[in-house]
Amino acid sequence: MSAESPVAHQFEDATQQREAATLGMWVFLATEVLFFGAMFLGYTVYRLKYPEVFRLASEHTIIVIGTINTGILLLSSFTMVLAVRAAEYKRRLALITFLCITALFGIAFLVLKGFEYTQEIHEGLFPGSHFQFTEADPYTARMFFYLYFLMTGVHALHVTIGVIMLGIFALRAMLTLKLERLSTAVDLLGLYWHFVDIVWVFLFPLIYLVDRHS
Amino acid sequence: MTALLAVWFLPPRASDIAREVDALFYGLLVLCGIIAIGVCAAVVLFCLRYRQGSNATRQAEQKTIPLEITWSVIPLVIFIGIFIWAGAVYFHMSKPPDNATEVHVVGKQWMWKIQHPNGRREINEIHLLVNHPVKLLMTSQDVIHDVFVPAFRTKQDVVPGRYTIEWFTPIKTGDYHLFCAEYCGDGHSRMGGWVHVLAPDAYAKWLADTSTTETVVAAGARLFQARGCAGCHGPNATVHAPPLNGIFGHPVALSTGKTVIADEQYIHDSILQPKKDIVAGYPDNLMPTYQGQLGEEEVMELIGYIKALGSTSGGVP
Amino acid sequence: MNAIATPQAAPQPPIHEPNYLVVENTVRSWLLTTDHKRIGILYMISITLFFLVGGAAATLMRLNLLTPQGALVTSTTYNKLFTIHGVIMVWFFLIPSVPTVIGNFVLPMMLGARDVAFPRLNLASWYLFVGGGAFALWAIIAGGVDTGWTFYTPYSSTYANGHVIAMATGIFIAGFGSIATGLNFIVTVHKMRAPGLTWHKLPLFVWSMYSTSVILVLATPVLAITLVLMALERAFGIGIFDPAIGGDPLLFQHLFWFYSHPAVYIMILPGMGVVSEIIACFSRKAVFGYYFVAYSSVAIAVLGFVVWGHHMFVSSQSIYAGMVFSILSFLVSIPSAIKVFNWTATLYRGSIWFQTPFLYVLGFIGLFTIGGLTGLFLAALAVDVHLTDTYFVIAHFHYIMVGGMVMAYLGGLHYWWPKISGRMYPELLAKLSALFIFAGFNLTFFPQFILGYLGMPRRYHAYAPEFQVLNVLSTAGASILAIGYFLPLAYFLWSLRYGKVAGRNPWNATGLEWTTDSPPPKHNFAVVPVVTEPPYAYDPVAAEEALAAERKQREPAYVR
Repeated sequence: MSAESPVAHQFEDATQQREAATLGMWVFLATEVLFFGAMFLGYTVYRLKYPEVFRLASEHTIIVIGTINTGILLLSSFTMVLAVRAAEYKRRLALITFLCITALFGIAFLVLKGFEYTQEIHEGLFPGSHFQFTEADPYTARMFFYLYFLMTGVHALHVTIGVIMLGIFALRAMLTLKLERLSTAVDLLGLYWHFVDIVWVFLFPLIYLVDRHS
Repeated sequence: MTALLAVWFLPPRASDIAREVDALFYGLLVLCGIIAIGVCAAVVLFCLRYRQGSNATRQAEQKTIPLEITWSVIPLVIFIGIFIWAGAVYFHMSKPPDNATEVHVVGKQWMWKIQHPNGRREINEIHLLVNHPVKLLMTSQDVIHDVFVPAFRTKQDVVPGRYTIEWFTPIKTGDYHLFCAEYCGDGHSRMGGWVHVLAPDAYAKWLADTSTTETVVAAGARLFQARGCAGCHGPNATVHAPPLNGIFGHPVALSTGKTVIADEQYIHDSILQPKKDIVAGYPDNLMPTYQGQLGEEEVMELIGYIKALGSTSGGVP
Repeated sequence: MNAIATPQAAPQPPIHEPNYLVVENTVRSWLLTTDHKRIGILYMISITLFFLVGGAAATLMRLNLLTPQGALVTSTTYNKLFTIHGVIMVWFFLIPSVPTVIGNFVLPMMLGARDVAFPRLNLASWYLFVGGGAFALWAIIAGGVDTGWTFYTPYSSTYANGHVIAMATGIFIAGFGSIATGLNFIVTVHKMRAPGLTWHKLPLFVWSMYSTSVILVLATPVLAITLVLMALERAFGIGIFDPAIGGDPLLFQHLFWFYSHPAVYIMILPGMGVVSEIIACFSRKAVFGYYFVAYSSVAIAVLGFVVWGHHMFVSSQSIYAGMVFSILSFLVSIPSAIKVFNWTATLYRGSIWFQTPFLYVLGFIGLFTIGGLTGLFLAALAVDVHLTDTYFVIAHFHYIMVGGMVMAYLGGLHYWWPKISGRMYPELLAKLSALFIFAGFNLTFFPQFILGYLGMPRRYHAYAPEFQVLNVLSTAGASILAIGYFLPLAYFLWSLRYGKVAGRNPWNATGLEWTTDSPPPKHNFAVVPVVTEPPYAYDPVAAEEALAAERKQREPAYVR
């Protein structure tokens, strides 16, 4: 690889810079695993403690939207891989296209999530002062929805950050003269995006699918 | 001399378990003392002997492995020994004997409310008979507190929403500090009191020296009628409700398929959060919650009553 | 007096650049610096300020405890003071101390690198630290928080009055600074070692910093989420921890201690790394059992994650959980014991040179040993029932954190001060301060072991009268300790102007940082160092011979 990003002063060469950036992203993702992990733990503990109420509550999530969103994210990971490949082969148009498509998938995810939240808030399921739930103990059901909004909300925040980064990178891909400079960065953004996708792959079955009867 | 030291450094040893705890403590003190003095002595000796300019032999490298193994394995073995010893005493501390008198304790910011089985209530003080095991059944009305009696060497957190147990057998008459040992806000330092351990005649005198009303069981029976429990759970009830005779301490099948033992926590939650664990065969789940209508002491009285209910499996099926 | 030692790489050629302190001198060049050395200085100044705040709180607490009635402050104020003391000292002094001051300054140089892997992230982590600190200070000034640094629910989430959410936000933000620092160090150690510097040639300070960074990166996110959950419960009244609405107060304790136990290893491992460096240099001998000391750091980091339940033996967690946590807690003490024995063995047949950093290390070994041994009392289930939540625990962790880590931090500051500032501190005054600190510390905290066993609970604003004598002794010690802490502050500042010029390697030490100028140039090295020697290639035999020769030269000739 000839001229990649200019090598920062602390590094000897481009290879060292790229390796350091990659390791940095992996370590960062490890911290994210622990960050989400604590929430997953809390959810699991309460699911085991109140299985019946959590089941009834989970049936109020909109499985159609959840399923479509899962499909969207999986597809977006595929287009992200194509973007990474395009960056590697220095194909500018392909890179910009795939970055934009991935970002659009991300936006679609957020929009659908927004619809779902609106519907659930309309039904009085947001754990604030207007919460109402008749089928089971409202206190416990409220806890389900608290964890639901918290976990999916934090995930959505990560998706939003990803979409913004995708946009920025698409712009850079349009404007930069030396496309090689983006190769490592796009690769690492890909890692981040795949991570966000994997979190959803765990979130979706745990919240939407487990023990669902309707 | 030891008496002098005793006053200064040793807390009174007023329960049967205190002796075992102290034995562990002093054993650890001796062991750790030896290690600490050994290390410090070695460090001081080496520093003096090998100080710059002294004429001792110097050596740049030494064989490390045999020593490393020695000073890893020996402490490991010793520590496992201490773990087993301490664990055994702790296990004993966690199992109250069956004949222990049950005293109810409710903690709230910033006082202790105590009720003896005969109904006698106390605030911030517990009068006990010497040489007789006592089991404290405790809960909190608000935040986490802790009942700590240094003279007994026992301590247990008192947690809202659940019951905790602390038991001991006082072996020496006297007055001993009771401290709250879990930070609970403004009045934490003053949330204390006294445990008074009395000899049999003094205790009998204290017991008689009162115009007490009803026992815990009787109070529970009264509440059972007055608060409408008998309407569904009593012998003449027409509503389909789980029978309560002899239920305490026995397994209950829940609607989720799980089976739980009907202990104090289960009954507490069934009264205050009835939708939490629904008994199998009662899908209508009609029981209203008594959250906010019964204080923790009243719940304890009801539990006392239910415990005392006969061991027949009667009641409305 | 300077003895022979082989540095890990050849000394740098003469460097004609201005050093990092003077190369630019605008405020902007300091506040927007990406130079790890300047960032280390920025941290040094900020944590010193926080130390003064936390220390002021402790002073007021100890003054209040002179009388059993606690007449100096009200109970609410006292409760706020111990909360401030805990929060500031843990998150804004101890956790940053060695890693962000000494680690930032020295780690890249020990590796032969020009900077850390991500210098701008390094600057960002300082701003996160300071930003978080601003929230915490605001919470204090606006009236304080009285939950204790442990924020137990439901007190903190439902009952406490005060600026709990602001304080939690400050800790949350500062936490991301820690994570960034840990991430930076991990990547730096993996990817930026000089040619020839294999893992098993790394100084032991690097091993402990690496282990600390792993804990920082994995444990802190859990704290972040726990604080978020607690703050949301407080703000919106949702019962995740409050049993009155179906929550579980013990869930908070599990989540909190899952982070906070590894956190205490963050607060000791770096100090242990400093001890290894200093003890080798001042015994003129390689650390005994290099591999064992290196891997014991890793073992402590790993095992530290599975012992959190020993903070909860009387919390109503199951007795079987208690048994598991107890045996694991005994196991985690073994690697620390190994280190202490190895350091002691390092002294054997060495050539001991009594300088101030070494005095601090001696203090560390004694006090950390006592503190660690008292941990055994607390790991032993039946004994812990009596001792937990009493002053015994307070004495235990202060022996380790203050008698251990703070001594190590001060020792490290003295050791690397010539490198950081280019000047020597005044040796006699420094030795005197070390003694003050040692004496003051023991007088403050040893009586607390006894108080704990007698049954004085912790976090008490007023106490039973029979505890007074020991409390008075403890407060007396605290006043001596305070003097001991102010002296270095004064003479370090003095030395910047009037201290003796240090030269590249006043200690004749072997690390890569000593091959370059004091203070170093901005990029640390003129040429990339190539490592050919193992770490700690000291030779006590040669040291003694050189010393003898030097003395002989200075002796007047006379007839015997």
